[in-house]
Amino acid sequence: MLIGVVYRMETVSFPGRFESLPRVGAFISQAAKSAGLSDKAVYAVQLAVDEACSNIIDHAYGGEDRGVMLCSVIVDAKGLTVILRDRGMPFNPQEIPDPQVDVPLEKLKPRGVGVFLMRKMVDEVRYEYSPEGGNVLTLIKRRES
Amino acid sequence: MEVTSTEYKRCDVVKAAGRVDSSTAPRLEEALNSIVEAGRYKIVFDMSDINFMSSKGWWVLIDAQKKCKRYKRGEVILVNVQDNIRESLDLVGMGSYFKIFNDLTAAVGSF
Repeated sequence: MLIGVVYRMETVSFPGRFESLPRVGAFISQAAKSAGLSDKAVYAVQLAVDEACSNIIDHAYGGEDRGVMLCSVIVDAKGLTVILRDRGMPFNPQEIPDPQVDVPLEKLKPRGVGVFLMRKMVDEVRYEYSPEGGNVLTLIKRRES
Repeated sequence: MEVTSTEYKRCDVVKAAGRVDSSTAPRLEEALNSIVEAGRYKIVFDMSDINFMSSKGWWVLIDAQKKCKRYKRGEVILVNVQDNIRESLDLVGMGSYFKIFNDLTAAVGSF
C-alpha cells in the first residue's frame, strides 16, 4: 500500500500568558494527531510544549503579557516538528541542569523539572538565539515506525 | 478547571477536572492550602477527571505533601492517575513520593 506524505505547516501567535496554554495544547495536539503520532506521543509532545511555553513566560519574558509566543508546527513524513519563537531575554533550556530527584521529600526542589520533562518527552531539542530573531526552540517528535 | 473539596471524618477528598497547568495550578494550590491551614493533613486527591498535568501541577502536590507529612501528621494520596500522567511522573522520578490507588474507597479507607 502506498501512503502519500502529507505536509503541513502552520504558525499561530499566542499571547504570552498562562491562559494561552490550553489553546496552545489544543493546537499542538491536533497537529500531532495529523502527524500520525500515537496517543502517548500526542500527550508527550503536548506536555513538552506546555513546559517550554511556561518557561518562555516565566524566564524569557519574566512574567505574563510581555510579548507573544509564535508557535509553528511542521508535519512531514518523519513526524512532527514544533518551533517556538519569542522576543524575550535569551533562555537556553539546554543549560539547565537535571533536577535531583533521588533525595528525601523535604529536600526536593522544583528547579529544572519542567525542562527535564520537556527534554524527555521529545526525540530532539534544538535551541538558537540571535538578537534579531530572539529565542528559537525546536522540538521534534518522530513517528514510531 | 473545577476544584471541589469534601470533608469526611477520616480525610478530605479533593477532586479536579481537566487540565492542571501553569494557569490552573494556583486554584489547586488554594484548595489544598485551605485544608492544610484548617489543620487537616490527610488528603485524597481524586485525579479521575484530570487529563493533563504539567510540572507546575506536580509542584503544587509536592508542596502539599511536604506540609502534610511534616511531624508525620498526614499525607496526600493520589487516586486514578491516568496512564500518560503517571508515566511523566515516574519519568522524572517523582512517583515514589506518593501512594497511588485505583479506587477512591480504598484510598479513603487507607487513613
